[in-house]
Amino acid sequence: MRQLAIISGKGGCGKTTLTAAFSSLSGNSVLADCDVDASDLPLILKPQVLKTEDCLGLELASIDLKLCTGCGICREICRFGAVLENFTINPYGCEGCAVCTVACPENAVSLMPRVSGQAVSSITRFGPMAHAKLGTGEEASGKLVNLVRKKAVELADRYSCKLVLIDGPPGTGCPVMAAITGTDLVLVLSEPTVSGLHDLKRAIKLTAHFRIPTVACINKYDLNEKKSLEIEAFCREAGIPLLARLPYADITTEAMMKEETVIEYAAHSGDSGAVEFANIVRNLWAELEMRLSETFKKEMCPKALRIRGT
Amino acid sequence: MNIAIASGKGGTGKTTVAVNLALALEDVQLFDCDVEEPNCNLFLGFELEPVEEVTCLVPEINPDKCTLCEKCADFCKYNALAALPNKIMFFPSLCHGCGGCSLVCPAGAIEEKLRSIGRIEKASSQTSLKFLRGILNIGEAMATPVIRSLQRHLDESRPVIFDSPPGTACPVLAVMGCADYCVLVTESTPFGFHDFLLALEATRALNVPVGVVLNRDGLGDSRVEEFCRAEGIPILLRIPNDRMIARLYSEGIPFVKEMPDWKEKFEDMFETIKALVCKSTGVQ
Ligand code: SF4
Ligand code: SF4
Ligand code: SF4
Ligand code: SF4
Repeated sequence: MRQLAIISGKGGCGKTTLTAAFSSLSGNSVLADCDVDASDLPLILKPQVLKTEDCLGLELASIDLKLCTGCGICREICRFGAVLENFTINPYGCEGCAVCTVACPENAVSLMPRVSGQAVSSITRFGPMAHAKLGTGEEASGKLVNLVRKKAVELADRYSCKLVLIDGPPGTGCPVMAAITGTDLVLVLSEPTVSGLHDLKRAIKLTAHFRIPTVACINKYDLNEKKSLEIEAFCREAGIPLLARLPYADITTEAMMKEETVIEYAAHSGDSGAVEFANIVRNLWAELEMRLSETFKKEMCPKALRIRGT
Repeated sequence: MNIAIASGKGGTGKTTVAVNLALALEDVQLFDCDVEEPNCNLFLGFELEPVEEVTCLVPEINPDKCTLCEKCADFCKYNALAALPNKIMFFPSLCHGCGGCSLVCPAGAIEEKLRSIGRIEKASSQTSLKFLRGILNIGEAMATPVIRSLQRHLDESRPVIFDSPPGTACPVLAVMGCADYCVLVTESTPFGFHDFLLALEATRALNVPVGVVLNRDGLGDSRVEEFCRAEGIPILLRIPNDRMIARLYSEGIPFVKEMPDWKEKFEDMFETIKALVCKSTGVQ
């Protein structure tokens, strides 16, 4: 089994659109939607839920007001300002550090488990899918991402799928690291904007750190050709293969409105722009599949591992 | 008056709205609270100078006093302390600075010292716009303390615009929680609407009045509009799906600078917000 992660330094650059398109092209893959903060893949793929599992986050303090004498020690000692004036706990402030539980002279405070989200196993028209739901104010934790990936691997085993497609979270924090560790290939999506190159560099630093073969593609390349050239030059310099340049097109949104992948949309809309866009995505997918193949790994990987200039 | 500009997801144009709004107005403050990705200054290009180091208290174990009782490591909820046979290991990046380990240590072996987790910077230039931003050091997880430190630099006498972090996690609530009004930036597409609902839920949990800016208007359908009408949420501004605007964005140029008629639209939006805030708090 192979794992491919699709990431971007920043949200909103078409990561989910591409992942959805890949899932319709791959035929035999499991999707892992690790963008747990704003999980959008289900909106296109309409998963039928098979099973959900709670993910426990940090615990939450709770004060037994029958025991509490209102001495105020907990309020003073809590570094996160989570104990309110009436000696109840602000759930958005409490980090579950447990300091109040040991500080309270009346033993009035205890920690309660708190559900931070759910990991969901589903089935879609393109195959099985693992995703998550996060509660408001809950941190997109590496823990939940790991749980989603674990579910995806279970699904892959059960439905004998050869590939796990991971829609990564934005940014370069802990959830992203959890989403890419142990994958076979990472596709970094870039945009020619003021922050595009900077975001790309940060993402590549991360994949280099984990020594994962990395490829890139530019979305909306024609929005700013000069910035696109800069990105291309950087990729060449760093030894990151640039696999595709996708044009600035409204068809991604049009497909989304119909709750379809761009591939499905292009197939029936007959719009020439859409067909062209879909073909670029197809070629990109063919490249990715080739790079994920056994032979490629054997022949090329030692070379692909070396990422220069980061 | 504090206005937070937020969105359920990154890349919806939150920073664009915050920067353009701030530039369209006189005598306001702009605070970039997206401390993990502070992007406002890419559009402003100000010279920045450091004003404050943001720190967090972390334990320092005195090996001479430590009896290796392991109480501290057992207590730490974040696995920032690990008991080895001959010493206690400390992992600074996991520590939340709760102070619990020094509290429970029976030998008084733990002292706390300050560790830098980020910094606050401000624009040095003599502009009418007062700009400050917080930056979280790479690899650090605690965005909220940086935001709190940043908020201590507020000048209450002037309106302030917060560029909030994306999403609905703790740091976002820290920003929304101290706002009088929250502007949610979204697109009227299935993804945009879905992410908008997540952000809306957060503002409702905090009881902050909201208005909407529709970005890339014309693309997609009218689902956000219909929802807002039904729920009584004002649509404050529409930014069309315009290639010129997208291009200026990609260059890092705030579009109010190149398209002066937008200055007025942002001013109008600000007046509307002022009126709405008065209405919801009662006129003083
Ligand atoms: S420390 Fe205990 S007794 Fe004192 S106010 Fe807090 S909960 Fe109540
Ligand atoms: S558990 Fe920690 S953060 Fe929560 S209320 Fe108690 S002292 Fe504060
Ligand atoms: S201060 Fe709190 S989080 Fe940090 S090591 Fe001590 S117990 Fe753990
Ligand atoms: S609680 Fe104090 S004495 Fe015990 S292991 Fe920790 S530092 Fe050492």
